[in-house]
Amino acid sequence: MKSTLKKAGYSRVQKQMHDVFLQFTSKVVFFIIIMFAFNLFFAGHYTPGGGFVGGLLAASALILLLIAYDRKTLFKMIPIDYRLIITTGLFLSLAVPTLSFLFGTPFLTHQHTYLQLPVLGEIPLHSALLFDLGVFLTVAGTTLLMIALIEGEES
Amino acid sequence: MTTDILVLLPIIIPMFAGLIMLFIGRRPMAHRVGAALTGLLMLIITLWVIIRVYNSGTMVTFIGDWAAPFGISVVIDMAAALLLLSTTIVTFAIVVYSFQSIGMEREKFYYYPLILFMLTGINGAFSTGDIFNMFVFFEVFLIASYVLITLGGTKIQLQEGFKYIVVNIVASNFFVLGIAYLYSVTGTLNFADIYLKLDNYDGNIIIMTIVAVVFLFVFATKAGVVPFYFWLPGSYYAPPMPVIALFGALLTKVGVYAIARTYSLFFIGNSAFTHQMLLFLAILTIIVGAIGALAYTDMKKVIIYNILIAVGIILTGFSIMDQTATVGAMYYLIHDIIIKAALFLLVGFIIYRTGKVDSERLGGLIGQHPLAGWAFFIAALSLAGVPPLSGFYGKLFIVQSAFENNHYIAAIILLLSSLVVLYSLIKIFINVFWGEDMDFSKLKPVKYDKLLVSSIGLVIVSVAFGLGADLLYPLFEMAAEAFHDPASYASYLTEVE
Amino acid sequence: MELIIIILSGILIGASVYLILSKSVLRIIIGTSTLAHGVHLMLLTMGELKRGNVPVLDAEVSSYADPLPQALMLTAIVISFALTAFLLAVAIKTYRELGTDNVEEMKGVPHDD
Repeated sequence: MKSTLKKAGYSRVQKQMHDVFLQFTSKVVFFIIIMFAFNLFFAGHYTPGGGFVGGLLAASALILLLIAYDRKTLFKMIPIDYRLIITTGLFLSLAVPTLSFLFGTPFLTHQHTYLQLPVLGEIPLHSALLFDLGVFLTVAGTTLLMIALIEGEES
Repeated sequence: MTTDILVLLPIIIPMFAGLIMLFIGRRPMAHRVGAALTGLLMLIITLWVIIRVYNSGTMVTFIGDWAAPFGISVVIDMAAALLLLSTTIVTFAIVVYSFQSIGMEREKFYYYPLILFMLTGINGAFSTGDIFNMFVFFEVFLIASYVLITLGGTKIQLQEGFKYIVVNIVASNFFVLGIAYLYSVTGTLNFADIYLKLDNYDGNIIIMTIVAVVFLFVFATKAGVVPFYFWLPGSYYAPPMPVIALFGALLTKVGVYAIARTYSLFFIGNSAFTHQMLLFLAILTIIVGAIGALAYTDMKKVIIYNILIAVGIILTGFSIMDQTATVGAMYYLIHDIIIKAALFLLVGFIIYRTGKVDSERLGGLIGQHPLAGWAFFIAALSLAGVPPLSGFYGKLFIVQSAFENNHYIAAIILLLSSLVVLYSLIKIFINVFWGEDMDFSKLKPVKYDKLLVSSIGLVIVSVAFGLGADLLYPLFEMAAEAFHDPASYASYLTEVE
Repeated sequence: MELIIIILSGILIGASVYLILSKSVLRIIIGTSTLAHGVHLMLLTMGELKRGNVPVLDAEVSSYADPLPQALMLTAIVISFALTAFLLAVAIKTYRELGTDNVEEMKGVPHDD
């Protein structure tokens, strides 16, 4: 039986073509997606959104660049250390809940307060934000790492 | 009490240690030191947990300060505490064993952090009090095990690892399905709350039986119970010895623990069917394991089929579900975690020293390694259940209870299985350590002091456990109480109200 | 409404069984992710669909949908997403090492050259 991967032309897929339209558009769209990702990230907790969705969107913005260019160019544009991103994310999302023991409350108990800023007005501040930042970084880093591993050569 | 950090330490500590190792990058030496220190720290903590549970009863904490049936609760009763301690002992021994056996290539690729993440998942699965949280911890240690089984990327590892991953993904999906059914019936996820809701359940009993069968399918696949053991001999054969020891000693036991928990707390309504079925499958598992253990001369395969026999024996105890049987099952569970790891490590030592896996090609090693030989002999006797070694007590209680409950065939098969275990292991012992001397010049010049220290250390722990089994009886009685008297497990919920 | 979703999830699970039982590695991977979708739909249905408003903190809403199955489903989706990606990586590595993506040929004990 002939291999499905071979039939799909797997060995040839890796050579990328230079599509000027895609490359130009993705540079612009990248910023829109990243902004939307951060919007979703900050909207979380009280309204739909949060670290996971935001992280996925941020990763997908980078993946768009990865599709338009190749890995080397992407690394030149944005130097990413997957290991550091994932580890920092995991560390944040584990350390923040653990710190709540210092305040005599159980694991994962969060504190929140409201902050009065001059221009922006009242802003809710929540310790879950730090936890969510950890989720954001982990999800973004892991997704990027997976796509890069599948896309690229052995690493 | 509810803010007790001690309950969560067995989960948090290995994860923190693993993360710190990820931070410092590919430095095998630092990883070794870190993993060994974490193991020691975990030993102290789990001992402390056992003392606390013994003195003041089940420890509970509510994550996020959400009261019990609504939030996730982490519950460590005596059964969980004993399992945590034995898991830690085994992991520590395997970490020390890995220093000289796993190879620099794998150590560079975050081998020790992966072991610690797996420990996080296993400890979490033992100590959680929430069915969905249990699924999440199952996935945590399964993902770590997926990476461990393929780490190194040899052909057989990739081939068998792929099958292992697919089988486990399918089983995990059915776990979610089972949780969905259970949630639709009970409307809660907390173990104790589900028990309270199902205790006076007056709905359709057939639905609960179906849910019981779905859960049995899931956990039987993880534990390697016949007829869902098909992946086990192949997949456990592939990775290097320390990883096999870790899988063989711990992963199947988590499945067994999950069966015991769910079948004692949830599926008590129709136990005439569900527990009989469990007993039937357990006996079949013993028989299939015995056939496999007798059929092979390959040392790895023999020990792998011995896992099946042990799983069958423990499940026999948990399916009878009275006090004697559950005490016996707890004894045998702890005993088997330790002694199986010791046997795997000893067999691994022989394989690393000689480079051969077939016991018939070896011989006369007793002159070269008397200590390893006698340790193997003691481990074999202990696994077969020769008094006063640790395997004896578990089997004694289970067989006694089987006779009391008129399960004569089960009891007889259980007793016969001891003979098979003894025969299969003594066959290895005689082939490898006695008989004609093999060509000793072909022995590999590997460093082996740490291999011997950790494997013989585990045998010593097992012997001490056997000799002190009488002293430890109150602990095991406490541990078994959660299984044969589930109301005692749920008491932390009822007392609050 | 529930019945339709349950039938849909049954179709998905049936299709995934067909895919998992086929020989090609890629089909098996698609099968596992389809199985996950079917199971997640089932999980969502168990909390009763269309019971009220979205379960978001709001003072005016009095009846809202059961948020628990949705939270569970999110967790399960994340896990199955990670697993599928990992499985794909393993499959590619396996294809490179063994030179085949046919599970019929993945038998016995292969030897490293």
